[in-house]
Amino acid sequence: MSNRLNSMTEWIDKRFPLTSNWKAHLSEYYAPKNFNFWYYFGSLALLVLVNQLITGIFLTMNYKPDASLAFASVEYIMRDVDYGWLIRYMHSTGASMFFVVVYLHMFRGMMYGSYRKPRELLWLVGMAIFFVLMSLAFTGYILPWGQMSYWGAQVIVSMFGAIPVIGDTLSQWLLGDFTLSDAALNRFFAYHVVTLPLVLIVLVFVHILALHEVGSNNPDGIEIKANKNPKTGIPVDGIPFHPYYSVKDIVGVVVFLMVFCGIIFFAPEMGGYFLEHNNFIPANTLQTPDHIAPVWYFTPYYSMLRAVTVNFLWIDAKLWGVILMAAAVVVFAFLPWLDRSPVKSIRYKGPIFKFALTLFVISFLVLGWLGMKSPTPLYTLLAQIFTVIYFAFFLFMPWYSKIDKTKPEPKRVSK
Amino acid sequence: MADSFSINDEMSGRRKFLVAATSVAGGIAGAAIATPFLLSMMPSERAKAAGAPVEVDISKLEPGMLIMVEWRGRVVWVLNRTPEMLATLKKVEGELADPNSEKDQQPEYARNSTRSIKPEILVTEGICTHLGCSPVFRKDIAPADLGPDWLGGFFCPCHGSKFDLAGRVYKSVPAPTNMVVPPHVYLSDNRLLIGSDSKESA
Repeated sequence: MSNRLNSMTEWIDKRFPLTSNWKAHLSEYYAPKNFNFWYYFGSLALLVLVNQLITGIFLTMNYKPDASLAFASVEYIMRDVDYGWLIRYMHSTGASMFFVVVYLHMFRGMMYGSYRKPRELLWLVGMAIFFVLMSLAFTGYILPWGQMSYWGAQVIVSMFGAIPVIGDTLSQWLLGDFTLSDAALNRFFAYHVVTLPLVLIVLVFVHILALHEVGSNNPDGIEIKANKNPKTGIPVDGIPFHPYYSVKDIVGVVVFLMVFCGIIFFAPEMGGYFLEHNNFIPANTLQTPDHIAPVWYFTPYYSMLRAVTVNFLWIDAKLWGVILMAAAVVVFAFLPWLDRSPVKSIRYKGPIFKFALTLFVISFLVLGWLGMKSPTPLYTLLAQIFTVIYFAFFLFMPWYSKIDKTKPEPKRVSK
Repeated sequence: MADSFSINDEMSGRRKFLVAATSVAGGIAGAAIATPFLLSMMPSERAKAAGAPVEVDISKLEPGMLIMVEWRGRVVWVLNRTPEMLATLKKVEGELADPNSEKDQQPEYARNSTRSIKPEILVTEGICTHLGCSPVFRKDIAPADLGPDWLGGFFCPCHGSKFDLAGRVYKSVPAPTNMVVPPHVYLSDNRLLIGSDSKESA
């Protein structure tokens, strides 16, 4: 039997690089041996991606991208389609969990300096994935055509209208109408199920290819490729991804699926954070809900959008809000060049960086919390303060990362 | 291929030109074929035709009452302001960003202190000029959440913008301009046409 299998593999290998790719990306891809908890989230993001693709395909079988039918078709999936509720909750919970794992994945990169040379492109591809993910989340949220779908889309599309000169034409081009209507729903559906998933899959592929070219970073932030066994040419601190990390990642998958199933079966709406209550009301073009907030993963940026209340220079407050919100996302892409520290990992960075990163995480969380609240003068003031802290983390990094008192990096990875 | 470039040095000038010319032609063809696709995303003829004016009967609109009318898929408010409400317009002027309606957010006939044709009837698009939410009509005076200085107006729940009872925006809120007054005309005392300036197009 194994002979037959071997000869078949041989037959394939002459026609397709099967064994060589298996080796290059799995059984002989050497990853640092000191991965910790934070290294689960890359593979988990891949798992959630697969979940979204599969559940998404099944949802399109019953969903109708028509402003007069969309809301009812989602309710039809929930009530009348066998296991429709499960597939939809897997998809909606998957959307939130995608952001949970991606935010943690990004935070890991920030802690251990994974964006630093030679991984700048890897980081940039990752940022592109993040933008596409946000677009996917936004277009997907519109599809049920509930109150939050409608008014959330209204707010986002109006942002493009804030761009001087071309703004009005641009938003008409985006909407395919003079107002948010059926035309927009129809095309957002096309983006959500065709365009963006294709782009996302290609980008994830490129992300992994770039990773396997430069090799994985690790909690110590030192290059394992700098210390190779002279005979084998294998990094002495590296272990093959398969079976060591494939098995480790399966443990992560099991724990993740327990949490995931817990949410699906016991709290699919997550108290209004994953699926907002107002979105169970069909879109009403005449009335905005009394309280409108985006889904939790957008709230930090949303806080910044409404934090700007003064006109500055020749640009009015509205456009500043939009600029600031976009900048808050794009600024991550500059990290590889903002960080001037001689060491990569937080383990060997000095107290100033640790303080700055803590402050950044706090401001991200506080802004996220404020974004869910109705704006009051006090909350607006808080949002303004934390927006300044958020940007200060990035803008002053070239300076503070340089003067920070670092510890020497070890030669080998620690246990 | 790479070899043929280096072997034949005398050809490289011509070859370079041909490569450049082919690239430019290809680029133009690419832009040309992209144009119909990009233009297909503009509002369709059907969408353009859907902007007909709407007629409203305001005979049953009591003082202090607001009705919503849909025009071009947008919400338009018609508010019958009481004398008390009209009196607040003067009081809040100091706190407004554009109290005299200098920015072009209304037809000429509504560029006045009440932003309306008839002083008591306000006709305005019920859309916040910030990011397109529909503000809430808050006629209660000095409510807890809006502070003791609130004399009635419109409050946008999305981002906290405030407008007075003539749709004029307050200072230091995210919205940059006053709310838009759509073209409108009175066909008779109680028949209001929204979406057109002239009685003929009714």
